Amino acid sequence: MPTHSYVPHAPGYVDNEGPKIVTSRFGYEDSFTLERSQATGGYQALRTALDKTPAEIHSEVREATLLGRGGAGFPAGIKWGFLPPGKFPYYLVVNGDESEPGTYKDRLLMERDPHQLIEGCLITCYALGLQQCFLYVRGEMALAQERIAQALNEAYAEGYIGKNILGTEFSVDVVLTWGAGAYIVGEETALIESLEGNRGMPRLKPPYFPAAVGLYGQPTIVNNVETLSNVPWVTENGARQYKTYGSEKSPGTRMFAVSGHVKRPGVYEVEQGITTFRDLLYGDNFCQGIRDGHELKMFVPGGGSAPWFFEEQLDLPLEAGPVGAAGSMLGSGGIIVMDDTTDAVKAALRLVRFYARESCGKCTPCREGTTWEERVLQRILDGEGRPSDIEMLLDIADNISPGPYPVAADPAQDLDAIPFPPKQTTICPLGPSSVAPITSTIRRFRHEYEAKITKRDPIPVAAEKAVS
Amino acid sequence: MSFFDTANLATAHEIISRYPKPKSATIPLLHLAQQQHGWVSDDAMREIAQLTGTTPAEVKGTGSFYEMFKFHPVGKYMVNVCTNLSCQILGGEELLAHAEETLGVKAGGTTADGMFTLEDVECIAACTEAPCLQVNYRYKLRVGNDDFDQMIDDIRNGRADDLPEHGTLALVRQAIPAGTGAGITAPENAREAPVWMARNDVAEGSDDKDGGA
Amino acid sequence: MSRADEAETVNVTVNGAEIEASPGELLIDACERAGAYIPRFCYHSRMKPVGMCRMCLVEVDTGRGAALQPSCMLPVSDGMTVETETDLTKKAQDGVLEFLLVNHPLDCPVCDKGGECPLQDQTVAFGPGESRFVEEKRHYEKPIAISDTVYLDRERCILCDRCTRFANDVAGDTLIHFMDRGNNTQVNTFPDEPFASYFSGNTVQICPVGALTAKPYRFKARPWDLEETISTAWTDSVGSRITVQSSRNEVLRLLGVDADSVNWGWLSDKERFAFEALNSEDRLGRPLVRDDDHQLVATGWGDALDRAVAALQGAAPERIAMIGGARLTNESQYAWAKLAKGVLRTDNVDSQLGDGLPVEAVLGLPRATIDDACRPGGTIILMGPDPKEELGALYLRLRHAVLEDGATLIEITPRAGGLTGLASHSLHPRPGELPALTAALVAAVNGEAVDTAGVGGGVIAAAAAALDGPVTVVLGRASLAETGESVADAAVNLSRLDDVSFLSALRRGNIHGALDAGLSPGLLPGRTTLSAGSERVGEVWPGLPESDGLDTAGILAASAEGDIDVLIVLGADPINDFVDHAAAVAGLEAAGTVIAVDLVRNDSIEAAAHIVFAAAGPTESSGTFTNLEGRVSVCEQKVTPPGTARPDWMLATELAHRLGADLGLDSPESIRAELVSVSPVHHNLIEEALAVGRIDGVLVEGNGDIAAPVSTTADVPSNDAYSLRLVSTRSMYDDGVALRHSASSRGLARGLDVRLSPTEFDKLGVKPGTIVKVESSCGQLLAPAFADSSLPAGSAHVPWSAAGSPAGSLIDAGAPFIDVRVERA
Ligand SMILES: Cc1cc2nc3c(=O)[nH]c(=O)nc-3n(C[C@H](O)[C@H](O)[C@H](O)COP(=O)(O)O)c2cc1C
Ligand code: SF4
Ligand code: FES
Repeated sequence: MPTHSYVPHAPGYVDNEGPKIVTSRFGYEDSFTLERSQATGGYQALRTALDKTPAEIHSEVREATLLGRGGAGFPAGIKWGFLPPGKFPYYLVVNGDESEPGTYKDRLLMERDPHQLIEGCLITCYALGLQQCFLYVRGEMALAQERIAQALNEAYAEGYIGKNILGTEFSVDVVLTWGAGAYIVGEETALIESLEGNRGMPRLKPPYFPAAVGLYGQPTIVNNVETLSNVPWVTENGARQYKTYGSEKSPGTRMFAVSGHVKRPGVYEVEQGITTFRDLLYGDNFCQGIRDGHELKMFVPGGGSAPWFFEEQLDLPLEAGPVGAAGSMLGSGGIIVMDDTTDAVKAALRLVRFYARESCGKCTPCREGTTWEERVLQRILDGEGRPSDIEMLLDIADNISPGPYPVAADPAQDLDAIPFPPKQTTICPLGPSSVAPITSTIRRFRHEYEAKITKRDPIPVAAEKAVS
Repeated sequence: MSFFDTANLATAHEIISRYPKPKSATIPLLHLAQQQHGWVSDDAMREIAQLTGTTPAEVKGTGSFYEMFKFHPVGKYMVNVCTNLSCQILGGEELLAHAEETLGVKAGGTTADGMFTLEDVECIAACTEAPCLQVNYRYKLRVGNDDFDQMIDDIRNGRADDLPEHGTLALVRQAIPAGTGAGITAPENAREAPVWMARNDVAEGSDDKDGGA
Repeated sequence: MSRADEAETVNVTVNGAEIEASPGELLIDACERAGAYIPRFCYHSRMKPVGMCRMCLVEVDTGRGAALQPSCMLPVSDGMTVETETDLTKKAQDGVLEFLLVNHPLDCPVCDKGGECPLQDQTVAFGPGESRFVEEKRHYEKPIAISDTVYLDRERCILCDRCTRFANDVAGDTLIHFMDRGNNTQVNTFPDEPFASYFSGNTVQICPVGALTAKPYRFKARPWDLEETISTAWTDSVGSRITVQSSRNEVLRLLGVDADSVNWGWLSDKERFAFEALNSEDRLGRPLVRDDDHQLVATGWGDALDRAVAALQGAAPERIAMIGGARLTNESQYAWAKLAKGVLRTDNVDSQLGDGLPVEAVLGLPRATIDDACRPGGTIILMGPDPKEELGALYLRLRHAVLEDGATLIEITPRAGGLTGLASHSLHPRPGELPALTAALVAAVNGEAVDTAGVGGGVIAAAAAALDGPVTVVLGRASLAETGESVADAAVNLSRLDDVSFLSALRRGNIHGALDAGLSPGLLPGRTTLSAGSERVGEVWPGLPESDGLDTAGILAASAEGDIDVLIVLGADPINDFVDHAAAVAGLEAAGTVIAVDLVRNDSIEAAAHIVFAAAGPTESSGTFTNLEGRVSVCEQKVTPPGTARPDWMLATELAHRLGADLGLDSPESIRAELVSVSPVHHNLIEEALAVGRIDGVLVEGNGDIAAPVSTTADVPSNDAYSLRLVSTRSMYDDGVALRHSASSRGLARGLDVRLSPTEFDKLGVKPGTIVKVESSCGQLLAPAFADSSLPAGSAHVPWSAAGSPAGSLIDAGAPFIDVRVERA
């Protein structure tokens, strides 16, 4: 069993040493209250912002290179600049649907520091002229909803939200909306559909980027909870200060959830770009290594949709560029570590099943292909596999995501990495994401598939070792 | 005739009033219906259609897309065991099997006394605390078999006051006190730039504060 | 589907060849024009693309490297390079096809779609020989009835979103919807709420597989057995273009044809399914005569014609009358007009059965086409019947214009209807007060605010302010309990607006052809009057009536007085269809001899006909049809008529011949030629034009010699405090002959009820649905009462079309409006 070393009132969060931008209040038991927030500088950034012009705030965020934390890692300041001039009203939609396997940090931010998020929303609305804000929280996160509702009520009472905020002409409502259980709704256009009261099916792109055509057909900024939680700090401390953390291309910190077979799993706020996977997984300050008696077999570096990494990729920095070039992505900041007891086929099946269950059903290749993949994998696992199944799986995968699929280098087989992102025959990346576990494992552990198919060796060697 | 009781009908109208278009209230109202009734009945959907100016087919089309809405009676307590990868590799499936045994139902089933519905769910965002589950969307972390049995026992014996019945999510609702809201901004009635954006022009005009460089 | 044509064209390279395309055009369409057909399942050119099926993926390079893109979603851009045949494209398309087949049952041999199924065709052409999918397929309960006419087999469904998009986006009847998610996604209805849409049949037509099937066609034929011909729908006046499909001399199916200026491929279910009446048991296959026992018995043509001749020969012109004619083709209408007016010299001829408008209002105002009405940025004033109920395909066009092309809709109707939700302003005047309201609207445009007709000045001013761009008035008779004169007066008022034109909304089949053929008192063929056209027509016809004759109400009244010796009922059922039930019965019963010309036995024939001519139906004879905008299109013979039934025009020539006159008409073509020779407005109706306009027809424009109407009505006295003013409107499904004899649509007629404005309803003090008594000066009925908030205070609504048309018993054809009392029964 891993050691319990997290902050008791914030289960899962590990207070490592290092700079704190978004988790600075997590140490307080009452961090979610207005009182605590105000006592620790809460809403100060809003006042600072209101003393400046909207354009000044926008350029500060642009300067800071605040990268989106929802998955794609797109710089917020640049996305904000895509709003077509004059096509009012503009909306802000906050993506709090966090459902990517292995990922959670938005939930903690919402539960532990809702005022920080609200303040970020308000500053963003002020900076861009966004006239109404919808905060969409994953349905299953009852506590987060509760804390945000409470925080909103307090903030309204205090005059931070609503009409004539802090006595200025700046007015905006923040409306809390609950999701209802659908991973795909995290995709920003599906989120907008859901907010409009529809089935959460992604919209076609191009040309409909939400910044151009979003909620109710109006220009809409969609940002992730963590992204917006950074905005008060950036506003208050400035871009220059922000850039003293992290690397040049990935300044600031990021929250990573490291789960699985590490000694100290947890959610950490980490400096991006300079910290490596090895630091995070093995560092004393962080996860402290693989559980005793076992070795790293593989890890998912950025949420269930990311192609898998292995020993050889441990020294990559936590930065989008190098990770992408190495064949995967940092994605949502969810790292799942698997040691030598893990059955590669079974693990792959579990993620594929997730995509099959969560496909919205719009695109034929995703709707039919993910389920087909799942059933073939299940058949293999049940000992009913056929020798042709491996090639067939790869071909089904190719029909969802044509061409070479991103994958990590494998020095043992003398195979190079194929850089991220994958191509797709679908509208959104969900269907293609189902391919990641398949190609990652077939390339590396083909023998495990073969063993199951030929029933030579139903249990992988490593697993047997663990059992004995 | 009406499905929603008086208080919930008022809440429903309040919810609708927060969105530029009534249809946007579909999901919140389905939650409200589930809170009142434990699950979403046809009558509830008919009334939601009326309130949002849509058809019952649309309401069901939207509602049935989302897992949390149940269209048939379910247990008072929804026990959702995560078996996604992070939990799987740390005993999630074994926990589910144990839960099936303890409750005497397979995943997806409801106990005969109507107390529990057991589900095998996808990642619930507590991966570092595997294996984990939710009961009516409240977390139980690092759950061992004994912990599970204890929890069921507690619920059965009324020692779980902190758990509202299925359908109730957050215990606190957003409420915008009259007069404090900025009001909805609908596409058709807000074609102008919001007033505060004029500050940019003033700044540019007066002392050219060098906003962009 | 309007496109910005001001911009120049863009150049796109398709498989190496450069083509021109218009900006905004979708790549899939541009490629098809260039001869590179890209397979598709979800894309439909009349609906918004959704890009769901992914079948249309092709390799596109817009300068950033080639990538697979759905061509149905991608507008062309200059310099785009497209490859539709590369290995990558083929692999992607084959992959999609395989995915679609994963869960598709292999029941082609028993599937109605077999032989005309794009999925089957694609599979045969490109599909994998053998399935790699060894798992169990998805299972659902085999076909479920989602409406009275449509069945859904969810196992066959490939989730292309066509039917659901049609229901929501095109028809506005969101009664079928995707339910559940992902691999479990299915199309379904809500429990106990069937897909009761007037347009449900379109979903069957556009379903790319056999998932949706229509009751009238299920298991009837295989596509390779079908023969087809293009024709025109006849149950209303929109003139929707169709293909008539038959097998072994039986019409089995009608499909909509995409005529850009008319119906865009859509049909109302009435247009689509009412052909069943032509195959019904009550279909007339031989002439009938009434025997001494007052029974109608079959006879030979010689006998029937001789009896008719005998009756006609003894009658003075003014004692002969003819009502009806809207069922006929243009050519048959012309032949009967020539017989009645030219040979028999009676002007007692009327094709509008008391529910139409003064001809000046139909023919004498600036004319508009459907496209004019629907033009982007224009304003539509709906002052007529509910198009959803009476002119289905027009409803779909108007709906699209408002929703997608930014047209503004202002409603001036007695109560809410199918388009009300889309109207920027809905004005509901009290019966009889249309003229006052329209006068006020025009005054408001000029800045004067007036309260009138129970509608507040502010409301009128707001509507006036919304008038924008060119204005099209969709003009018809909304309520049968109010005279056409009052509508005409209102039209005169609206004709004072700037840039205004009028689109007729008279509903009855080929009524516009009938008016153009002169089947109306005082008219001659070619939109001219007895006086203005006598010279032109007189040259060709054997004679002409001496003076203007009577309309239907006048004819029936005269007949009741014993003044009509021979009454020809030309494809009409006055007992069920004339506004005043008592007057119809009295007039028919008192006529000396009643000669009916029809397709099926109807109540009027049963009650009063002495001689019945069995006529050929619209799929059994050739000719042309004139729609409400004056567009002439062909109706082609596909099958032979039953028994000895004959085309209507032949009956006219035969009768004339036996009366000693030669009409000189021996084929539809010769009749058209004669029409063109006497009618300047028809100058472009030449055979070549009809051939070129095979899909879109030929538009006959101009007012001819018909002048605009002049205002007639005096002030409308208000009703007393105890009575309500009656409104009666039609609905799509009525108890008319066509539907009564259509197996699938029978029984869809809505029931009888009375609706009251909420104030009046409250005064009654009864629960909704309580049976009450409705009484007018000429009759009464019992019906359940309900409130209708769109009805103006002081009015009551009784539907016209409830079985047996009981509303007709309340209406007095001679009264300008009808007051009724509604009391607890
Ligand atoms: C299948 C799918 C699921 C996603 N789920 C989430 C999510 O749960 N939360 C999130 O913030 N972004 C999610 N995203 C990314 C969003 O589409 C979007 O890029 C993000 O919210 C933008 O915010 P950011 O720029 O602040 O990162 C998802 C994307 C895809 C394709
Ligand atoms: S790829 Fe899958 S989830 Fe994404 S839009 Fe298509 S069907 Fe929906
Ligand atoms: S036709 Fe283009 S995606 Fe279906």
